[in-house]
Amino acid sequence: MRTIIRMLAVLTIIGVISGGLLSQISIWSKPKIAAHRELETKNAIFQVLPEGKSFTKMETANLEVYSVFDDSGKLIGYAVPFEGNGFQGKIRMMAGLTSDLDKVTGLQVLEQVETPGLGTKIVEDPSKKEDPYWFPNQFKEVETQPMIGVVKNQKPVNKYDIQAITGATISSKAVVQIMNQGIQVLRKMDAEGKLNNAGGEK
Amino acid sequence: MSSKLSLYKEFTKGIWEQNTTFKQILGMCPVLAVTVSAINGLAMALATTFVLVFSSIIVAIVKKLIPDQVRIAAYILIIATFVTIVDMVMKASYPDLSKSLGPYIPLIVVNCVILGRQEAFASKNTVFRSFLDAVGMGAGVLLSLILLGAVRELFGSGTIFGIQLLPDFYEPMLVMILPAGAFITLGLMMGLFNQIALSNKEKQRKKTIEKYLSTKNSINDPVGV
Repeated sequence: MRTIIRMLAVLTIIGVISGGLLSQISIWSKPKIAAHRELETKNAIFQVLPEGKSFTKMETANLEVYSVFDDSGKLIGYAVPFEGNGFQGKIRMMAGLTSDLDKVTGLQVLEQVETPGLGTKIVEDPSKKEDPYWFPNQFKEVETQPMIGVVKNQKPVNKYDIQAITGATISSKAVVQIMNQGIQVLRKMDAEGKLNNAGGEK
Repeated sequence: MSSKLSLYKEFTKGIWEQNTTFKQILGMCPVLAVTVSAINGLAMALATTFVLVFSSIIVAIVKKLIPDQVRIAAYILIIATFVTIVDMVMKASYPDLSKSLGPYIPLIVVNCVILGRQEAFASKNTVFRSFLDAVGMGAGVLLSLILLGAVRELFGSGTIFGIQLLPDFYEPMLVMILPAGAFITLGLMMGLFNQIALSNKEKQRKKTIEKYLSTKNSINDPVGV
């Protein structure tokens, strides 16, 4: 009986001390982590819509949509964080779209857990950043009608095609599929007039 | 167990003689998973060392208070606390690094190097000795993770710590960044380390024999004359 009480007491004390310590550190770190996230989102928005100067956030049932405006306050497009399944886990990315949703203006992958060295090329290839066939760069100016497609081992001919990364076809296709699905949702919202309302607010 | 090592030895044993990666072969999961680049290896090793040092100190302090039956649970609680601290601080201060290490920081909780040192060392030794032991083991982890990370990054991407070292025409060997590359590098390095240790032992043996023979001769000589 004695040992049981002692066991409980010791574990409880350790737990309480540990919990107290962690909550203190959490108070310190939470705003910082949130700030990083916000900054990341902001940077991503202006990266995918380089002409944007300001944006407003609109939250809907299925998507967060950032309406992006230029100097004069004119709506130039939407930045939308899309999310979906990649090869091994979730891919989260920021996509920039023109205001009529017919063209992609840019893409930045925010989170991914693809195979290092293969699937991770959807994010980075620092040695070839100027190369237009660097994967995210391919999405610049890509048309979304009827939908974005993937071709393998050849330069894309159609204006709505993307060349898959060699050795990472599944990851490439996943990115495109997430884009297509997301755009579809946006189109639906647009058809229901929900998007235009956001544009008219400013 | 009872034979006490010198304090200096207590520190250095973790770096070479009992190197967790190459000699004890403990904590392989992070070793294999995060060493795609030198910087990842460095960050992982520093995080592990931090957790190891602080939990060793705490465990060495409270070792008398913890009942035997729940000691592992208590160690895990202490370790998990420090791991969560590292995780939160890293997320707040080094978001990029924390992103590239992904789930492996929280997984330090179950790294057997750390729990192993608590069970095998800190729970039986003084605070100061536990501290030295933890720092030494941490240094060993640091050495091996940076070494592995550097080799894999060099052949897999042509860089070390992000600095281009191999010429442009070098085609990076993709396999080195993939899990297979981790096993290949680890295997070769373990072989190398054991080879060095073996030849050291051989030298030691020869020296002892020589010494023995020379003393024998010097004793025998007068008789022989």
